[in-house]
Amino acid sequence: MDRSPVLRLHIPEPKHRPGEAADFSHLRLPRAGSVERPPVDSGAFAMRDLAYALIRVLDDEGTAVGPWDPQLDADTLRRGLRAMALTRAYDERMYRVQRQGKTSFYMRSTGEEAVAVGQACALERDDVVFPTYRQSGLLIARDWPLVDMMCQVYSNSADRLKGRQMPVLYSSRAAGFFSLSGNLGTQLSQAVGWAMASAYKGDHRIAAAWTGEGATAEPDFHHALTFASVYHAPVILNVVNNQWAISCYQGIAGGDESTFAARGIGYGVPALRVDGNDFLATCAVTRWAAERARSNLGPTLIELFTYRATAHSTADDPSRYRPADEWEKWPLGDPIRRLKDHLVGRGEWSEAQHEAMRKEVEEQVRAANREAEAKGTLDRGPLPPVASMFEDVYREMPAELRRQRDELLGGR
Amino acid sequence: MPAMNMVQALNSAMDVMLGRDPDVVVFGEDVGYFGGVFRVTDGLQRKYGAQRVFDAPIAEGGILGIAVGMGAYGLRPVAEVQFADYIYPAMDQLVSAAARLRYRSAGEWWAPVTVRAPCGGGIFGGQTHSQSPEALFTHVCGLKTVIPSNPYDAKGLLISAIEDDDPVVFFEPKRLYQGPFDGHPERPAVSWAKHPLGAVPGEHYRVPIGAARVARAGADVTVLAYGTMVHVALAAAQETGVDAEVIDLRTLRPLDADAIAASVEKTGRCVIVHEATRTGGFGAELAAVVQERCFYSLEAPIERVTGWDTPYPHAFEWQYFPGPARVGRALRRATEG
Repeated sequence: MDRSPVLRLHIPEPKHRPGEAADFSHLRLPRAGSVERPPVDSGAFAMRDLAYALIRVLDDEGTAVGPWDPQLDADTLRRGLRAMALTRAYDERMYRVQRQGKTSFYMRSTGEEAVAVGQACALERDDVVFPTYRQSGLLIARDWPLVDMMCQVYSNSADRLKGRQMPVLYSSRAAGFFSLSGNLGTQLSQAVGWAMASAYKGDHRIAAAWTGEGATAEPDFHHALTFASVYHAPVILNVVNNQWAISCYQGIAGGDESTFAARGIGYGVPALRVDGNDFLATCAVTRWAAERARSNLGPTLIELFTYRATAHSTADDPSRYRPADEWEKWPLGDPIRRLKDHLVGRGEWSEAQHEAMRKEVEEQVRAANREAEAKGTLDRGPLPPVASMFEDVYREMPAELRRQRDELLGGR
Repeated sequence: MPAMNMVQALNSAMDVMLGRDPDVVVFGEDVGYFGGVFRVTDGLQRKYGAQRVFDAPIAEGGILGIAVGMGAYGLRPVAEVQFADYIYPAMDQLVSAAARLRYRSAGEWWAPVTVRAPCGGGIFGGQTHSQSPEALFTHVCGLKTVIPSNPYDAKGLLISAIEDDDPVVFFEPKRLYQGPFDGHPERPAVSWAKHPLGAVPGEHYRVPIGAARVARAGADVTVLAYGTMVHVALAAAQETGVDAEVIDLRTLRPLDADAIAASVEKTGRCVIVHEATRTGGFGAELAAVVQERCFYSLEAPIERVTGWDTPYPHAFEWQYFPGPARVGRALRRATEG
């Protein structure tokens, strides 16, 4: 006799698909300013509600409200606004040159600029960041030269990475920016190890790492939380929940059952969930986590709730898997517009200044691109010397690699 | 000079390096307070403190992940993977990160990580405590792969590995920890104390990575071996009376191809021996190198004696293990041709 119901396999599905109108009314978005700000020495369990809340500073009118207001001065905010606008202009230009065939591939961070730029605002310049490919804004916020980034995108003769990495997989030791990995998640436990080493050496620097919500399913995310928790590593672990991992909505990574921030609680890692499109909020939560790390109180997990406004990459077409109007209906808006409105509301900025700044950063990007293209593009060269492909496999080139290099050069 | 077994020699290498270099840290599952399931890190935490020699969660991928990050910071981490059979969860960190970091950053970042892992069978470990996965790592450009066959080399090679600026996978044949096992399980165990290579200096010295050693000079056939199989090959030569030249490779990558070629050109014959499974094993690479370098010197087909292409069976390990009888038959085939 059958007493139990027939078992059914559950396959998560997003609310809406192409051809349907986007609707985010199911999202629980607490009022700006309504979430408490606990002391930095709070335990993960005591502050568990924050993993299910959403820290917001800017309200719908663009006013900064509540205990998380980082009280940033207007100059800092204008610098942040400019870095976000520059990141967007840079992305647009590089996207266009890829479409022109001058390089193979590109990935934009459009709509997510307040993640990298807002968080950079809360870190010291010598803290080391272990990002993903969608935090180019960290380099821009750290005033890294655009030309150098572009040369990497073009794999040209001035590419410091010698044409080895796909576009956007930057590395800059001088900027404290760890070499980007195409294998997702690996940087998380590495950042923990780096932070453990910093603590072991009695250093003052901390580490911060990022992952998309999709790659939280990778073991490295769980390794990072476990090891960071066990050894109280001075590290900030960030999950950028931009709703989409290529074509898979965040439910495929487990986001329908719980928040990504809530993953931290089980590991005893304090967790914050923040409006990722609110520059003031991303800066404020990162400051909180950084203070914690610098005070030997250990790691923090931050979920940055945002939206991937453009395609995953130039090799992707989101119209095939998500409604076309999601970005315009995203209830947390555009991070650049929101910070602009805030500054205008404070009397520290104007529409005219904003328009002038937008043109300025576009011109800055155009000029940098002219300079970078003069050093070569992937389609036309000049590229790095081909024999350089045999360098840096090991510190010293082994005999067998020297032989292979000579074979290539000798045309055998 | 003190007599040391391989466990003591490896312990001494880490002791010396912890004493010389404050950037050396040692960690892994059970390696801290307890001193490791094979006792290789015994006493090191007591001597150097828990900050430098510590226990890690049971997550080989995490152990390697933090090792890469520590290496990127500037430390010289020495991570133990409790059994080579447990190394697979760490593959991504080893292959995509440790081995590629210098290349992908064009020399900006690197990870001078040493990964120690006991390998090989003969302890009734079944398929999850007996494997020899070295070929999976020799295939990875950016990694170095080392397998010592005796206490003297083990210490000198481990010191070289820790000092090396590239990541090194360091396999320790666990059947050799206590003595020079020659493939005869029925005979009484032999101690390293009576073996010349069990005499190990207490101080710092290096055995270079990438240099093979002639374990036995001979004229009739070259045997290419490493780890436990060096001793099996020596036994086979003695038992058959074949005048074999036994080359202990010591390092699989970088490979000492010159030493191999010099020997095979002299003998004109070659037998390759490893405990790992046959298909796609490191012996295939060795056979390719020998035919590329020595084709016109070869007077007989190259022989391979290896573990069978099955998982390591618990109850039949001595039928699985390529012992002296099988190696001896290969020596005869190679020299009779």
